[in-house]
Amino acid sequence: MRALVRIASWLYALVVYGIIFLPVIVLVLFSLQATSFPIPPFTGPSLRWYDAVLSDTRLTSALVNSLLVAVLSSLAAVTLGFLSAWGFARFTLPGSALLRGLITLPLTVSYLIIGMGLLVLFNWAGVPKSLLAAGIGHVVINLPLCFAIIYSQMGDHQINIERAARDLGAPEWKVLLLITVPVMAPAIFAGFFLSMTFSWDEFVISFLLTRFDTTLPVEIWNLLRSGLNPKTNAIGSLVFAVSIVLVVLFELTLLRRKPA
Amino acid sequence: MTAPLVDIRAVSHRFGQQTVLKNVSLQIEPGSYTILLGPSGSGKTTLLSILGGFVSPSQGMVFIRGEDCTSVPPAKRPTTTVFQDYALFPHMSVGANVGFGLRMQGVDAATRAAKAREALALVGLASAFDKKPHQLSGGQRQRVALARALVIEPAVLLLDEPLGALDLKLRRQMQDELKAIQKRVGTAFIHVTHDQEEAMALADHCVVMNDGRIEDEGPPERVYARPATRFSATFMGESTILQGNVTEAKNGTISVATPAGAIMLPGTLQPGAKVALAIRPEHLVLGAAGGVALGRAEVSDVVFQGSFKRVLAISAKDPALHFIAKAPASATVQTGDTVAVSCNADDIILLTD
Repeated sequence: MRALVRIASWLYALVVYGIIFLPVIVLVLFSLQATSFPIPPFTGPSLRWYDAVLSDTRLTSALVNSLLVAVLSSLAAVTLGFLSAWGFARFTLPGSALLRGLITLPLTVSYLIIGMGLLVLFNWAGVPKSLLAAGIGHVVINLPLCFAIIYSQMGDHQINIERAARDLGAPEWKVLLLITVPVMAPAIFAGFFLSMTFSWDEFVISFLLTRFDTTLPVEIWNLLRSGLNPKTNAIGSLVFAVSIVLVVLFELTLLRRKPA
Repeated sequence: MTAPLVDIRAVSHRFGQQTVLKNVSLQIEPGSYTILLGPSGSGKTTLLSILGGFVSPSQGMVFIRGEDCTSVPPAKRPTTTVFQDYALFPHMSVGANVGFGLRMQGVDAATRAAKAREALALVGLASAFDKKPHQLSGGQRQRVALARALVIEPAVLLLDEPLGALDLKLRRQMQDELKAIQKRVGTAFIHVTHDQEEAMALADHCVVMNDGRIEDEGPPERVYARPATRFSATFMGESTILQGNVTEAKNGTISVATPAGAIMLPGTLQPGAKVALAIRPEHLVLGAAGGVALGRAEVSDVVFQGSFKRVLAISAKDPALHFIAKAPASATVQTGDTVAVSCNADDIILLTD
């Protein structure tokens, strides 16, 4: 009976993880297909589709665009998130709880709504559809996230450290740059890498806010409209690999705490 | 007469509705070791924060070296603070921590390192220059914080319960070192504590605070021997307190009616005045040898303290009256014994508050 329960629980785990990872495994496997259709039987392994992806200038320029948008929008999001977290943590502001709620609110709003809102706003303000517009959209979705991560790590024990720096003659900007930022570095990096991950994968906002130059997810969608092809698997696998790297970096910076 | 190094004039401070400092005036002499002693909530830490510039007083002024520093920010005043939690910069080496103040002054790296090494040597941590704060013990971090604050040669060094986080043995050891370092550098130290032993051991000038006011200030010997108020008599060391009324006054002698009987002592108070008489444990005599008899009492507890025995006894005349006496370690007194209690008239401290 007990053996049965154990076998059942193993089976259960297998099914759960299978459902989660099977699509990815299939994706990666058929990206190595040697023939023209990503369907069984498996004919690889072959790197011809990766070669095709990397020699496709539309895809490679979209990849560069995506990286650029991810890095720059994450830098902006983490900077703004850090400054607002510092402001909320160190100063008594009127209606602080309400304002903190407002700043994290975009986390609960769907990307579609944010994208549409920005589209209308940019249209009205005369900002053309572009990578910049998409980047601003990514700042909107990632700033609350960076704020939440950094704010949660900004404890009272750092107040005295900042005071000590001021006491020793540091002007406010040096306190921030030389003391607060390095002390908060794990949370700041975590916010940065998580923002990168989300920006890298983001489709809806980029789709709505870009036109000619676009990001990789939008380009993949364009590719998919002409039917399945091992090339889409190859580019998907590349996207997945980059996401994995970013998530691992995030986990390493935030979750592996340094000894106190 | 030279101007005091620090001159606190009629400072009051409120946090919201609560008044934490009530019209406090205090002067600090150059090169002195001042202790602000008081229970938590007495306002001593607020006063230190006002000196350090972290809090602006609601009223009153603070002068340091004759300059009005009342609203000068911490970065610009000639004070540095050793924080209770040390507040070392965790991402910097010990050497960089100590050199931080000099770096803010624009001192070049080589001079900085040399001065930081010198300051670390002063606190006995020359070898820790390249270590990170988390590699040090509590006592060592304390010394780094001290070196970091001293290296920029402040006019006044402020210490916020600097020994509070250390265990007793280390505390007594650091206490001796603090005093030695202060004598060596000659900087005025202002040190906040609630530990009266620490206060007596370290202070040149002891300031007893309670409820936002200065109760008493002076050399610790004087504050201990002749406390100005009942609060300082009980907070700075223990005392037996006898409540009483003046019944007679003539020729510089007063007679006070107390639960332990009438007591004659020198004084010039009017009859009817309410007073309290305090007697230090070491002045209370178990037996009738003292000149002033205080009646008989039943011993309720004897605590052996190593070099002496602390004896608690309840008066036979008034059960509300508790005697605290210090008996020699060899004394044979036991719980339940009934003993005579007396003292000498000279040792009675007359308190009028």
